Amino acid sequence: MFDEPLKLVLGLVTGIVFGFLLQKGQVAKFQKILGQFLLKDFTVMKIMATAIAVGTIGVHALVAMGAAEIHIQTASLARVIVGGVLFGVGLAIFGLCPGTSVAACGEGRRDAMIGVLGMFVGAGIYVAAFSALQPIIKSMADFGKVTLPQFTGTPPWLWAGGLAVVIAIALAILERVHPKQLDAEP
Amino acid sequence: MKAWSPYLVGAGIGVLSWLTFATANKPIGITTAFEYSAALTEQAAAPRIAQPYLDAKAKDNKSPKIDWEWMLVVGVLIGAYASSKLSGDRAPEEKVPPLWRSRFGDSPRVRYVGAFVGGLVMMLGARIAQGCTSGHAISGVLQLALASWIFAPVMGIAGMAVAFLIYGKEGRSHV
Repeated sequence: MFDEPLKLVLGLVTGIVFGFLLQKGQVAKFQKILGQFLLKDFTVMKIMATAIAVGTIGVHALVAMGAAEIHIQTASLARVIVGGVLFGVGLAIFGLCPGTSVAACGEGRRDAMIGVLGMFVGAGIYVAAFSALQPIIKSMADFGKVTLPQFTGTPPWLWAGGLAVVIAIALAILERVHPKQLDAEP
Repeated sequence: MKAWSPYLVGAGIGVLSWLTFATANKPIGITTAFEYSAALTEQAAAPRIAQPYLDAKAKDNKSPKIDWEWMLVVGVLIGAYASSKLSGDRAPEEKVPPLWRSRFGDSPRVRYVGAFVGGLVMMLGARIAQGCTSGHAISGVLQLALASWIFAPVMGIAGMAVAFLIYGKEGRSHV
């Protein structure tokens, strides 16, 4: 029922830092998320891309040193395509993703709290409909828990390094087209 | 300060992901905790409904529990609360976001229905895909997972399509 206490504390501390960062990034806001989808405000993209560029280098260094392992999900096409479409549709209507909706509850936003309630019900439907969903989930190819380096037979450092460089260049260009919008909006 | 540079925040999340791999050997994720909470609730309230799910998870040695990620979600709530309190960036009196108001009017009830339905559909998608913006689009993409590299563009395109469908180009003047 419970993980060991140390793990629980580590999770809590990680979450506090994550929630603090999401709130300071101004992304626990409907306006910011929809602003990204409408290609007006690129705050979400800037945060995610930077996190990926910084994260991929460090995590792959840890894996190379044997200090951590890769933890990924299976590349079931039906799962990621059906799930990805539902996720995108729901996200555009709600205007907050799972992490930012919890952060928006921390900001005291009523609509976020009701959306989180909807999320809980959605998770409940997944659990209750587990058997019924299996035929859909198994309707397309599943490539397993595979990474792009494994899938293509190329070295991970090439991907991690290349990705970080590509993101850095893309963000430099993006910053010229869509400069920082630091002012907090309602 | 209410807002930090998105690059500073992004770098912070990136470094945080190193720390989660180093300290807990886990990537940041949110929605598995919701699945586990819902499963534990159903197990208590209506065990027959949850049984096929619980059996399958028990076989994979992944039975629902209060774990590292569950506490992470609690932490997000606390961290965002602390941050918003410190900088006075609390929820505004206005209960309906300006863009939503421009399309659906200023009734909070209509907004609440939208939030509930949107949240429900989003979470159902997240659990089918086994990840969300955090678990797939950040953690999975940075780990170079094939699943996540498909999920991220699919959800991005679906979200953009729905956003433009609902609000159109004129919506851009409200964000």
